[in-house]
Formats: sequence, structure tokens, C-alpha cells
Amino acid sequence: MSGIITFLVLLAFGYGFGQWFERSHYRSIREREQELKDLLIIQTKIIPPPFSSGHETFLVNGSVVISVDYFKQFVAGLRNVVGGRVTPYETLLDRARREAILRMKEEAKASGAGVILNVKYEMCSIYKGRRNSIGSVEALAYGTAFLPAKTMPGEH
Amino acid sequence: MMISNLELIPGKRISKHLGLVQGSTVRSKHVGRDFMAGLKNIFGGELKGYTELLQDAREEAVARMVEQASSIGANAVLNVRFSTSSITSGAAELFAYGSAVVME
Repeated sequence: MSGIITFLVLLAFGYGFGQWFERSHYRSIREREQELKDLLIIQTKIIPPPFSSGHETFLVNGSVVISVDYFKQFVAGLRNVVGGRVTPYETLLDRARREAILRMKEEAKASGAGVILNVKYEMCSIYKGRRNSIGSVEALAYGTAFLPAKTMPGEH
Repeated sequence: MMISNLELIPGKRISKHLGLVQGSTVRSKHVGRDFMAGLKNIFGGELKGYTELLQDAREEAVARMVEQASSIGANAVLNVRFSTSSITSGAAELFAYGSAVVME
């Protein structure tokens, strides 16, 4: 009996806090995406002609570890029985990736970069929760940032 | 030492390829952090401790890669890739690798 009560309490806490965290996180993601939308990401390995000389480049990265909540884990467990879309994990991974990109962009902006080339993602499940299900995931985004060109004297 | 995940650096020419360089580190988290992670698994949200831990570890992996590159006389590492794998539930390996070159 007490086991069931503990379970229900955890589920309620997980649902309440988890949803609240998720909503406030999405709000902050959307705000910062608006702020940083001028910092362009170009997904190419070949350096476009306007950036081909006079630029300084450096590696930037952003990473975040996000944990699932009890409710999500429970719903995902149920989904394992019937199959189909696991929406709770979809939003979790989406948040992690977008947050990683934002942190990378923030690092680039702090150094004064104008554009980031060749961004790569890397995901990894870090902490195994109950019954070895996914407890938390790490998202990493990295790319090469370009500082604005220093024009040489006499050059246009 | 220039590090880039592109295949070349603008305005520079590769004069010599020196082969693959790599750096890795395996990190484990301590009990306190594990306890916090257990709690967070109920409530959800970011695990700041882990984010910092992995970021530190990744910097170390890059530092080892750079050390190897400079020991063979390179001045840049191109086409750098990162890779993370969780070995057991308590530890993760951070790995960085790239191509060491001499640039003019």
C-alpha cells in the first residue's frame, strides 16, 4: 500500500515539476533564439568565398545535460509496451539540442564572431535511471566560429 | 595551436600532414552528484554539475590532443571531432581527435 502511495506521489511531483521546468525552459529557449538569430550557422565544410581570407577562426562548443522526470520515465515505460511515438523523450532531446546550440552561439557571440561553420551534434545518455532506462542525456554542439575579417591596409 | 573542425583554415596553406592525433579522458562523478542526479530524475531539469564535469573533461581531452600534436611538431589540428560514450552507469569517456598539420 505504502509502495503505491510513494509511486503516486513521485508521479505527481514528476508531472508538476517536470512540466513546469519544461515550459519555463522552452520560454527561455525561444527568447534566446530570437536574440541570437543574427548569428548565422552555415552548414558547410567548404569555406564560402566571402570568408576565404583575413578571418580568424576558432572552435566553439556548447553542451548541456538534461534529466528526465519520473512522469516522463513512466510514460516512456508504458510506451515500450504498445510502441509508437514517445513524445516525452522527443521534447527532452529537442530541448537538449536547442540549448546546446544556444550555448555554442553565446560563446561565439562573446568572442565577437559573426558566423559559425560546419556545426556537428553529439548525443550521449549519461546517467542510467531505474531499470537501466535513460535517466539523462548530454547534447553537445560544436563548430568553427569566424571573427569578422580584418581588412589589410590598401585592400577593399 | 589552431583547432578547427573544417578541413582548412582561410588564408593558410597546409605544408605537411602529420597524421591522426587524439586525446581522451574517462571521468566518473562522485557520490554527491550521483545523489543529486537521482533527485533530478524525479523532478527533471538540467544537471548543472554534470554539464560542468563533462565540459571540463572535454577540455582536458582537447588539451591532450593538442599536446600530442605539438609533440610531433604540428601547429594546427584540423577536422576535429568529439565523441562521448558512457562506459558504465558511473563513468563517461570523452574523446577528441583530428588531423595534425603544419600550416604556413
